[in-house]
Amino acid sequence: MAVETQSPGTLGALGARVLRAPALHSVVAAVLVGALFLIGTGADPIGAYGSVVSGALGPDGIGSTLTTGTSIIGLAVALAIPMRAGLLNLGGDGQLVLGGIAAAATGLYSPLPAPLTVVAALLAGMAAGGAYAALAAVCQNRFGVPLLVSSLLLGYPAMSFASYLARFPLKEEGSSLPQTRRLPDGVELPAFGASTVTVGLVLVAVAAAVYLFADARTAAGYEVRMTGLNPRFAAYAGVDRPKLTLRLMALSGAVAGLVGAIGVLSFPYRFIDGSLTAAGHTWTGLTAALLAAAAPIGTALAALFFAALEVGGLAMERTTEVPRELTQVLQAVVIVFLAARLNLTWRRARKKPADTHDAKEVSVR
Amino acid sequence: MSVDSALFHSALLALTPILLAALGGAICERAGVFNIGLEGMMLVGCFSGVAGSWFTGSAWLGVAFAALASAAYSMILAVGTIRLRGDAVVLGVALNLLAVGLTGFLLRTVFGVQGTFSDPELAGLGGIDIPFVGPVLSGHSALVYLSWAAVAVAAVFLARHPWGLRLRGVGEAPDAAATLGVSPAKYQYAAVLTSGVLCGLAGAQLALGNVTLFSENMTAGRGWIAVVAVMLGRALPLGVLLAGLLFGIAEAVGFRLQGLGMPQQATDAAPYVVTLVALFLSTARRRRRKSPPSPASPPSPVGEPA
Repeated sequence: MAVETQSPGTLGALGARVLRAPALHSVVAAVLVGALFLIGTGADPIGAYGSVVSGALGPDGIGSTLTTGTSIIGLAVALAIPMRAGLLNLGGDGQLVLGGIAAAATGLYSPLPAPLTVVAALLAGMAAGGAYAALAAVCQNRFGVPLLVSSLLLGYPAMSFASYLARFPLKEEGSSLPQTRRLPDGVELPAFGASTVTVGLVLVAVAAAVYLFADARTAAGYEVRMTGLNPRFAAYAGVDRPKLTLRLMALSGAVAGLVGAIGVLSFPYRFIDGSLTAAGHTWTGLTAALLAAAAPIGTALAALFFAALEVGGLAMERTTEVPRELTQVLQAVVIVFLAARLNLTWRRARKKPADTHDAKEVSVR
Repeated sequence: MSVDSALFHSALLALTPILLAALGGAICERAGVFNIGLEGMMLVGCFSGVAGSWFTGSAWLGVAFAALASAAYSMILAVGTIRLRGDAVVLGVALNLLAVGLTGFLLRTVFGVQGTFSDPELAGLGGIDIPFVGPVLSGHSALVYLSWAAVAVAAVFLARHPWGLRLRGVGEAPDAAATLGVSPAKYQYAAVLTSGVLCGLAGAQLALGNVTLFSENMTAGRGWIAVVAVMLGRALPLGVLLAGLLFGIAEAVGFRLQGLGMPQQATDAAPYVVTLVALFLSTARRRRRKSPPSPASPPSPVGEPA
C-alpha cells in the first residue's frame, strides 16, 4: 500500500509485503480496540464482528454494500486524486451536493430524450463539482488561502445554496419535505436486476480504472506522484504547481460531482436536501484515501472495506444492539494508528530529513 | 435591521467557543504543532461536559470533566505528532472523525438516546449579572468572561513570560532551542494539552452555556472556523480574538436577518463567506507588503509554493 505499487515480484514476496503493510497492522489494531469497546459495553465481540461480516457480505447485505460502496469508492477516488500530489481537498461535501443538484435540475428541465438526459445530467454534475473545486484551487493560487481551508470553507456555502434550491425554486409542489420533484420516467441509471446496484457502480469503477492507468502509466500521473513525494524536486523539474493544483482539483471535484449525480439518478430519483451528505461518505472516502496513501487500487479496496464496515454496522446494530457508530470509531482508529506510524511516504518526504524536532506541517501555509 | 445590544450579546455568545478553541490552536501553532483537530476536541468537550454535569448534578463539575476529557483526548495528537512523528494534518482529521463516532457511540450506550440528549434536570451554566456594564457585557456565563481573561493571559504569556518566549522559540527553531537546553517536546506537549483544556472549555460553553443539551456533531464546523481564526489572526491571541469576533458578528447578524425573512440557507452560509473574504483580504495585504515596490519585479520562480 506504499507508494511503489510497481514491481510486485513473486507472489510470495507480495504476500510478505502485504503482511508488513502498515495499513494491515492498523486495521488489525483497530479491530482489537473495537473489541475492547464491545467488551466495555457488555457485548460479545466475536458475535458482533460476525454479524458485521455476515451483514455486509451475506446475500442480503452484498447489494447494500455495493450501493454504499458506489458513493464511498467514488468519493475516495475523488479525494485521492489531489492527495497523490500532497493536496488535501476537504470540500468534497460541497462538490458532491452541487453535482447532485445540477444533475437534478438537468434531469427535470432537459428537453432531450430520457437516455440523453441521463448523460447530460451526469455531465452537468461533473461540471458543477469540478468548477466549484477549481474555485478552491484559484483561492490558493491567486489569493494565497491554503487549499485545505479554502476547499473546506467553500463547502458550506455550496451546501446552503443547494439546500436553498431544493427548498424553494426546485421544490416539489405540495410536499412537506425539502426535496425536488421526482425525475421524469426513464431519467435514471439502470439497475442490475432487482437490486439497488446501478450502472453508477460501473461509472465509479471506470473512474477508478482511469485513475489507476493515469497514475501508473502516464507522464501526468508520474508528475503528480513526483510532486507528492517531493514538491521541491518537482518544482526544479519544471512542474507548474499552481496549474497542477487547478487541474487536480477540477478533476477531483468532477468525480465528486459525478457521485452526487449518480446519487440523484438512483433511487429515490430526486434531490433530497441533506440526503447526499447525511451518511458522511465524504469523510469516509477521505479516510479510505488516507489509509491507502492515495494509491489507486488501495484506495478502492479501502473504500470497499469501509462500505462493508458501514453496512455491516447496521446489521450489527439490528442483531446485537451495539450502536453502529462503533464502525465510525473503527475507521478513525485505523487512521490514528496509521498516521502515528509515520508510514505515509507521500508526506514524510516533504519534511526536511534533518528536522527531528519539527512536527510542523509545511503544506498548509 | 436594528443594531442593538441583543445583537452584540448573541455575537459574544457565538464568539466564545470559537475563541477558546482558537486560543488553544494558536498556542499549538506557536509551539510548532499544527492542530487541525480542534473540532474533535471541542466535540469531546461538549459530550463530557454534559455527561459530567448530568452525573454529578453540577455544571461546574461538568466543565472540569470536559477540560480533563478533552485534554486526555488531545494526548492522541501530542503522542502521535511529537513522540511518534506522525502527520499532524492526518491525525487531526482522524481526531475529528473519531470524536463524531465516539460521542455518537457513547450517547447511545451511556444515555440510550440517538441524536440529542436534553433533560430539564441537566444543570447548565447560569449567567452572571455584572452591575454597571450594560446588557451587552453582562449576563454571560463565567466561561465567557474566562475566555476574555484567557486572551489577555495568553497575550502576556507569549509576549513576556520566559516560558512563552521559549515556547515560541521551540516553534520557530526547535534545534536552536534544543541546543540552549530547552526541550522542544516538553513545550509541545504542554501546548497541545493546553489546547485540549481550552477546547474542553469551548465544548462545555457550547453544550452547557449557549444551550443545555448534547446533540450529535453539535460543533458543526466551529472547530474548523477556529482553525481559520488561528490563521487569520496569525496565531496571536489578540488577532484570534478579532477573527473570532468577525465570525461571531457574522453569525449574529445572519441570525437576525433570518428573523426578518431572509432564507436561512443564505444566513447559514454568511459566516463562512465572511471568513473566506477576510482571509483573502489579509493574505492579499500581506503579499502586497512583502512584494518589492517596483511593479516590474520578476515573477516568483516556477513551482515555488505560494
